[in-house]
Amino acid sequence: MSGDGNIGRRAFVAASVLAMIRARGAVAQGFAGLGGETQGFAPVMRGLSMEFPRDHGAHPDLRIEWWYLTANLQDSRGVHYGAQWTLFRQAMVPGASDSGWGNRQLWMGHAAVTSAVSHKFAERLARGGVGQAGVEANPLHAWIDSWEMRAGEPFSPTNVSPLSVSAIGADFELSLQMSCDQPLVLQGDAGYSQKSERGQASYYFSQPFFSATGTITIDGNSVDVTGKAWMDREWSSQPLASDQTGWDWLSLHLDSGEKVMLFRLRQKDGGNYFAGNWITSDGRSSQLSSDMIAMTPTDYSDVAGRKVPTSWSIAVADRNLKIDTVPLNRNSWMGTRFAYWEGPITFRGSHTGVGYLEMTGY
Amino acid sequence: MRRHLWVLVALLSHWRRHRTQLATLLIGLMSATALWSGVQALNQQARNSYDRAAAAFGGGKTAMLVGRNSPSISQQFFVDLRRANWPVSPVVEGRVRVGGRSYRLIGIEPVTLPDGASAMSKMGQAQLEKFFSSSGLTFVGPETLADLKMKEGELPSVDGGRPLPPLALQDQLAPGVLLVDIGTAQSILSMPGQISRLLISDQNVGRRKALEEVAGDRLLRVEAGEPSDLDRLTSSFHLNLTAFGLLSFFVGLFIVHSAIGLAFEQRLSMFRTLRACGVSSKSLTAVLVAELVTLAMVSGIAGLACGYFIASFLLPDVSASLRGLYGAQIPGQLSLNTQWWIAGLAMSILGALLAAANGLVRIYRLPVLAAAQPYAWQQTQQRWLKRQGAVALFVAVASAIVVYVGDSLLWGFVFLAGILLTAALALPVILGIVLWLGQRGAKRPLAKWFWADSRQQLSGLSLALMALLLALAVNVGVGTMVASFSKTFTRWLDDRLAAEVYLNATSTKQAGEIVAWLRQRPEVDAILAAWRTDVTMDGLPVEVLGFADHATYRERWPLLEFQPNVWGKVRSGTGALFSEQLSRRLKLRLGDRVTIPAAKGAWDVEVVGIYPDYGNPKGQIGIDIDALSSRWPDIDRTRFGLRVAPERVADLVAALRERFALDSSRLVDQASLKAESMRIFKRTFSVTSTLNAFTLGVAGIALLTSLLTLANSRLPQLAPLWALGITRRRLAFIELLKTMSVAFLTALLAMPLGLLVAWCLVAVVNVKAFGWRLPLYVFPVQLVELLTVAMLAAIVATLIPVWKLLRLQPASLAKIFANER
Repeated sequence: MSGDGNIGRRAFVAASVLAMIRARGAVAQGFAGLGGETQGFAPVMRGLSMEFPRDHGAHPDLRIEWWYLTANLQDSRGVHYGAQWTLFRQAMVPGASDSGWGNRQLWMGHAAVTSAVSHKFAERLARGGVGQAGVEANPLHAWIDSWEMRAGEPFSPTNVSPLSVSAIGADFELSLQMSCDQPLVLQGDAGYSQKSERGQASYYFSQPFFSATGTITIDGNSVDVTGKAWMDREWSSQPLASDQTGWDWLSLHLDSGEKVMLFRLRQKDGGNYFAGNWITSDGRSSQLSSDMIAMTPTDYSDVAGRKVPTSWSIAVADRNLKIDTVPLNRNSWMGTRFAYWEGPITFRGSHTGVGYLEMTGY
Repeated sequence: MRRHLWVLVALLSHWRRHRTQLATLLIGLMSATALWSGVQALNQQARNSYDRAAAAFGGGKTAMLVGRNSPSISQQFFVDLRRANWPVSPVVEGRVRVGGRSYRLIGIEPVTLPDGASAMSKMGQAQLEKFFSSSGLTFVGPETLADLKMKEGELPSVDGGRPLPPLALQDQLAPGVLLVDIGTAQSILSMPGQISRLLISDQNVGRRKALEEVAGDRLLRVEAGEPSDLDRLTSSFHLNLTAFGLLSFFVGLFIVHSAIGLAFEQRLSMFRTLRACGVSSKSLTAVLVAELVTLAMVSGIAGLACGYFIASFLLPDVSASLRGLYGAQIPGQLSLNTQWWIAGLAMSILGALLAAANGLVRIYRLPVLAAAQPYAWQQTQQRWLKRQGAVALFVAVASAIVVYVGDSLLWGFVFLAGILLTAALALPVILGIVLWLGQRGAKRPLAKWFWADSRQQLSGLSLALMALLLALAVNVGVGTMVASFSKTFTRWLDDRLAAEVYLNATSTKQAGEIVAWLRQRPEVDAILAAWRTDVTMDGLPVEVLGFADHATYRERWPLLEFQPNVWGKVRSGTGALFSEQLSRRLKLRLGDRVTIPAAKGAWDVEVVGIYPDYGNPKGQIGIDIDALSSRWPDIDRTRFGLRVAPERVADLVAALRERFALDSSRLVDQASLKAESMRIFKRTFSVTSTLNAFTLGVAGIALLTSLLTLANSRLPQLAPLWALGITRRRLAFIELLKTMSVAFLTALLAMPLGLLVAWCLVAVVNVKAFGWRLPLYVFPVQLVELLTVAMLAAIVATLIPVWKLLRLQPASLAKIFANER
């Protein structure tokens, strides 16, 4: 298999905003319609150049979009933590960005903090148009309810730094400040990230170089933390292929300063679709050849009544990478309306470091 | 098991020989169950529909934020509170007219709507999709769909306005509710950027800012379970019904008690024989309980069926009163759940066991060789009367304390129950004293016997007499209240509806055209503007009514209390008139200063008068029309009252109707309006009166059965007199006289008690339930009527046993001396 198929991962999550609400029975499939029609929504096209700060904002002509941040953190005693902050956007009809209740954008937030012994998460839903949730491009400000991702001063649109995120749940709080000097990393072909031969693709860029400081609170106990954070921005109109049952996705901060993103999409027929990117410490990104990637589960955990592969053996042959990953917390289950596993990991082998693992469809 | 069966067969053989007794027992249980379950069916029906009303928007079930001083609040509060981590969801509500009928239009925001707050989770997938789409959906309950005379998918149009989204059926929705998306509701109600309230989810979503920090003091928190509007307003009505149901239930149990007591008494020898044959007291009691439960089941089922019919019979009146008084919509088709059936049967069985408890204990302890002890219990009776007198005294003191400290409707009912219980308990004591005095005064032997025997009979009759007393007293009380109300209300309505024609134009523009047209009409003496607007004071809905400075109001407007120069103060805009309900809720007195949240800012006025406003669930403030239009510049200037010579009214109404296309909801003459108001108020109390009549009927049956019960056991008392030469005719006459005199004494005692009940209803229950106090009038003719009815009931009840006595074979009387008893 060839091609860079980075769309995979969160698209499914975003797509399922609708599925989730549907499961809850409050809103409907009509504005989801991931089953097929993309009529009226703008297609994703190769060769379109990204522009900042414009592309920090929402793209209402495309159906789905997200602002995603994961962080691997430690407190002063070296105790490990993980944090996740995500805002999803879903358009029910193309260009539906009127102000007022006529606006047909739906927003969903997910946030989580993870330690070796606990995993806390929360979820928020909102309609666009009245100010409960939304995104402004310059300076970047993405919010839903009291949660927000906000540019600091002085804001540099070319590397989205400095940036802060905050979220509150029933039993946790999260507040992080991020900064970095490296520029944004355009994924795929200058931000055009093809997903399959059938034409599914997304616009995709990342900022994997953040260093983060802040505070996380679990069950009322606050700790100051520092660490590394990774931001992803992706938007598209087309859903995943119907024969894909889920995926396993990793973002890796190598101790060498390099960054690696890779995943496999699992197909109904038992086959897998591999893809990934290797990012040098100065921010140059190159796609991994799919036949060089090997991902093998080495240990399973019983989570939320399911069997989930929480430890992996990962190899990228042509990069001499051969590592084994271990989760910080086997129970990093996002029991949101559409449930998935997402949590911090550490790895050792040919390389050492920390990262995030996301698994859906189990 | 087999042995139990034989015992049961032996016990049941008694009923074959005493069919009337069996009928009495069954009728008693049936009427107790029927009245109780009928009332419960009505309450359940009403509560179901309140739940359905609440289910659409969370009223009462979910905590809410409402405007402290305004019926609507800015939508920005929703955003600001969400940003401050408050899990709130906006709701818009208003009234629209479709096809001339008024409906509640509710707009919700389904994404943030709290889980427990709606019937949304029960909506079908396809409906949900459409609800959220740009074309939208209007959800309605089955009754509303029928009212609209439309099918699903059709588009109803708001009168004089735009069409609503296509209709879709949602079974859980209350009648009279149209449920749409919040955006649609805002646009139809012309409330852009405004919401009516915010529902607060009880889900924990983490730390949040204090309400004051976000919204200052402009929002008021209404807790869940804090019964708002419908619940609070109607709870008194249902308490009223329940109280009546319970009263009837206990009256029914009196009947059961006497029937069972007799059956036990008559089967004593059979019990003794069974015990002598080796049946243990345990198994005898068990079989008796089984017999009783079976009888209770049979009569319970029959009672439930009767209850269902009673409820269906009363339902139109109940729903009309609830709609008229509180705007609550109750569907006209009775629907009952299994819980109701089970609860009804349980009540019947428990009631029967309660009524038989005394007898069962006696059987359980029955010594195998016990002899009858008819005279020993006369001594017991004296002790028992003393004890009962002490309890009555205690209850009386407790009731007095209640009326002194109690402040709520529930306390009102507790007091009512207290005085009724006191009276019932004291009745045998009082009668006992009267009879004792009679006995002392009597000289001749037969008279002495008459009094002594009456005393001896008292304990057997007292339960029936208590039932009669209670039923009569409640009848007098309710009758007096209803008559007082009717008298007051008619006069009030005459004063209040002083204008001959009332009209409400569709717009201020049309109103201008109508006024211009009316000025050309010679028959119109005066055009009285009467505009109104809604505000919220202390979270209570309040209407502000502006009226013109005109003799019509000055002379006719009914006032309960007022300051000197009240109309001058109103005219100058410094004073306002407050409705009685509002002044009670806000605890206002004449001369108090009140801040009204006017559109142009807070407005300070003095309370210069308080007027009755019967039947209005909202509070009301009356002010000068110029003050109203200067404080609320954007008010709809559409309502007018017209003074017209009465004989020209019909022509004017017809002309207006034709010229300006005003339907009957917008143009009405005084006579129709009065008739409609009277109709609503009559129905409000017709339920009470009907239940009242039922209760009196049941009390009559209780008296009859008690006398029947006693008649047989009295033969041993009468036989010696007969043997001494007193004829059966004479004996029968004495019996009649005796019963009639105690019944008469009871009925006489019921009169002052009834007036006390009426006072309690008027001064405590009504004030708490509806917010108004009526003047209490005593209607002597009504009292005499009731007394006559009670005596007639007593005669009917006495005649049957007396007639039996007359026809008694002398042999039967002679046998008394031979029979072992």
